[in-house]
Amino acid sequence: MTFINYASREINCKIVYYGPGLCGKTTNLQYIFDSTAPQSRGKLISLATETDRTLFFDFMPLELGTVRGFKTRFHLYTVPGQVFYDASRKLILKGVDGVVFVADSQEERMDANIESLSNLEENLRSQGYDLMKIPYVLQLNKRDLPNIIPVTDLAAELKIKNEPVVEAVASTGDGVFDTLKAVAKQVLTELRKG
Amino acid sequence: MPDAPILLREQQYHRIKAVLARLRMVSAAKVVFLVDKDGQEIAVQGEVGNLDTTSLASLAAGNVAATGGMAQLIGEKEFPTLSHEGDRESIHISVIGRLLLLVVFDERSSLGLVKLRSRQVALQLATMIDEITKAAYEDMESPFAEITDEDIDSLFS
Repeated sequence: MTFINYASREINCKIVYYGPGLCGKTTNLQYIFDSTAPQSRGKLISLATETDRTLFFDFMPLELGTVRGFKTRFHLYTVPGQVFYDASRKLILKGVDGVVFVADSQEERMDANIESLSNLEENLRSQGYDLMKIPYVLQLNKRDLPNIIPVTDLAAELKIKNEPVVEAVASTGDGVFDTLKAVAKQVLTELRKG
Repeated sequence: MPDAPILLREQQYHRIKAVLARLRMVSAAKVVFLVDKDGQEIAVQGEVGNLDTTSLASLAAGNVAATGGMAQLIGEKEFPTLSHEGDRESIHISVIGRLLLLVVFDERSSLGLVKLRSRQVALQLATMIDEITKAAYEDMESPFAEITDEDIDSLFS
């Protein structure tokens, strides 16, 4: 849910990175954190298990710059990808302005992608959102691995509307900022509609 | 349905800050925050210093969301207050509709006092937020109505 503060001339939007376990959601945030100037971002908060699996969420505030005299700040969240954390995923989607679905391009993760995408649709619906209407980007991650599905096949299986599709290797940063830009643009364009 | 966006006018913001300042004084607290349930910080008053208020707001919202989820599992609507007491610093959170009132305090105050004072301003804050939400529907025009593609692109150049 967008929050516009006229006093501090700030606008805050919430973007959630969604996807199956180990698809690279946290890696996306980690890359953005590592490659952004400290004055443009806050701390990266990770609520993770001892084995670095996301337990509740990762969070990072990112300031992109000024539009029409308003500072635009994006709050980036990830959800825990593992199937049994569904209750947490639902909670994190509350108030979302835009969603990035991070798909794992490896053949053996195709079923997990499909299951997670269907879970996203269902959890958004339970919060009163329609995936067909909210700002949304499909990121095809791990394009550097050997056992990956061709982009056209992945897109055919996972694309749900005319959303931007971005190929990525989150660990090296390829496609990470393109993904963020694609979703942020849609969120800001929605604000224009009011 | 998702909640409507919060559009906060300057005057409303200062009224909220005044209520928070008073609460801080009468509860002898260090910092008082108003945060929405999605983790957005709305206003803060007090000895902020190096405190990362953005992260605190987000974690408070996550905390309330998680305990709210637990409440529903045992048949409660939600837990209206949460308290975390540390050796020196403590936090008290009150759920006020779609907002969270977060009070950070130390040994200069007590949980009982903070609870009492928070409850006393809860209704006042709830009324103010109701007015803000209604006003947003009635006379607000988004400052982004005139935004151009160039404006958006300039953020990423």
